[in-house]
Amino acid sequence: MTIRCEIVSQDRLVFEGDVDIVVLPGTDGEMGILEKHAPLLSTLNLGVIRVRTDDTEEVFTVTGGVVEVQPDIVTILADAAESVEEIDLARAEEAKRRAEERLEGDAPEGDLDQYLALESALRRSNLRLEAVRKYRSGRAQLRKMDRQDPN
Amino acid sequence: MANAREVQLRIKSVKNIAQVTRALQAVSASRVRKAMERMFNTRPYATKAWQVLTHVAKQPGRQSLHPLLTERKEENGIIVIMLSGDRGLAGAYNTNILKATLDAFAKHPVPVRFISVGRKGTELLHRRGMDIMAEFTDLPPEPSFNDVSAIGRLAVDEFLEGKVDSVYLMYTDFVNMVRQDPINKKLLPLEIESSSGLVEAEFSESTGPSAAYVYEPGQTEILDEIVPRFTALQIFQATLESLASEHASRMVAMQNATDNATELAGLLQLEYNKARQLGITSDILDIVGGAEALAKTK
Repeated sequence: MTIRCEIVSQDRLVFEGDVDIVVLPGTDGEMGILEKHAPLLSTLNLGVIRVRTDDTEEVFTVTGGVVEVQPDIVTILADAAESVEEIDLARAEEAKRRAEERLEGDAPEGDLDQYLALESALRRSNLRLEAVRKYRSGRAQLRKMDRQDPN
Repeated sequence: MANAREVQLRIKSVKNIAQVTRALQAVSASRVRKAMERMFNTRPYATKAWQVLTHVAKQPGRQSLHPLLTERKEENGIIVIMLSGDRGLAGAYNTNILKATLDAFAKHPVPVRFISVGRKGTELLHRRGMDIMAEFTDLPPEPSFNDVSAIGRLAVDEFLEGKVDSVYLMYTDFVNMVRQDPINKKLLPLEIESSSGLVEAEFSESTGPSAAYVYEPGQTEILDEIVPRFTALQIFQATLESLASEHASRMVAMQNATDNATELAGLLQLEYNKARQLGITSDILDIVGGAEALAKTK
């Protein structure tokens, strides 16, 4: 049995399809959504969304947003979301380096907003790098085998 | 018949106009492409956001869910947000949206205040003696969400303070390059029956969206976050739709103007040729007549 899953970010449709399970980083903790779930509205944390269909799993990073669950559909309204496969590693690393540099460098004291912005930029690039390391294909194969182990 | 020189002057000015309109057409063509791309990119998010809002509002007991969703017993004043362009020469774009707005609200039983976006619309509303509470002009050519969020905030604040009891949004829906429709959309409090334009909510029949939600972390937190933001988002999407419509409308208008000017130049050219021919004929007649007179005297 499947549930429809739609992931949209502010500038495009990221994913759309019928899936077995969606695992999301909810504000109150990670949750897995199967079909016939009770209606639910939740905010999302920074993290990864995993969408599993049969034996394949697609992974997306998300920087926050809202999810609406209806018994037959999960709608994810992400602030920004991208598939792990399409993350630009070099750019993420560059962004991380820049954020770290500026956080340590001019020490933007007093300017709390700027500090927080930098910090969240750093968190976002860390998330991207981490997600690529853990989930990018090749490694996905490996994890699939892990999952089958207990059987 | 006008003399050849006069006709030649007119041909020149008509050709100049054609050149200008052709340039404007080219500019609008490239702008409309960009505007359309942006609009289509953000459409899925805006549509889904509106769907979520309608689902939330369809729950039993919506009156107590969130102040922005609460219907008021009586209407003592309303705000109409009208989106128009800063510039003219866009065919009927500005007049169409104004006409739709006035048709809907000129004879409204309660006081109507306008938030006008776009210089042209503001001028037109002003001339009709409408009560304009705020105007926004000179939006950047590619507005971001932050550029328009102030518009939504203003309307939401007025609504929450109880100064008005409804907020409507008038914008131009981009259907395709040659068709743009003025849309009247009730923004606050949310109208469930609203089924116009881009954000048509498609309910899956099986879902029966009447079931109450489970909220995480809490109902207030989450509704406080999404209801105002998704409302502002509708204004943003409407801005993008209107912008694409404006450019499309201008492009078509300029194309027509160029075509007309070219046709007129052709007609004038014919007239010029005739006048020139006539001139030559009469010159020859003069010469022949003169020569004959000379021959006779010999």
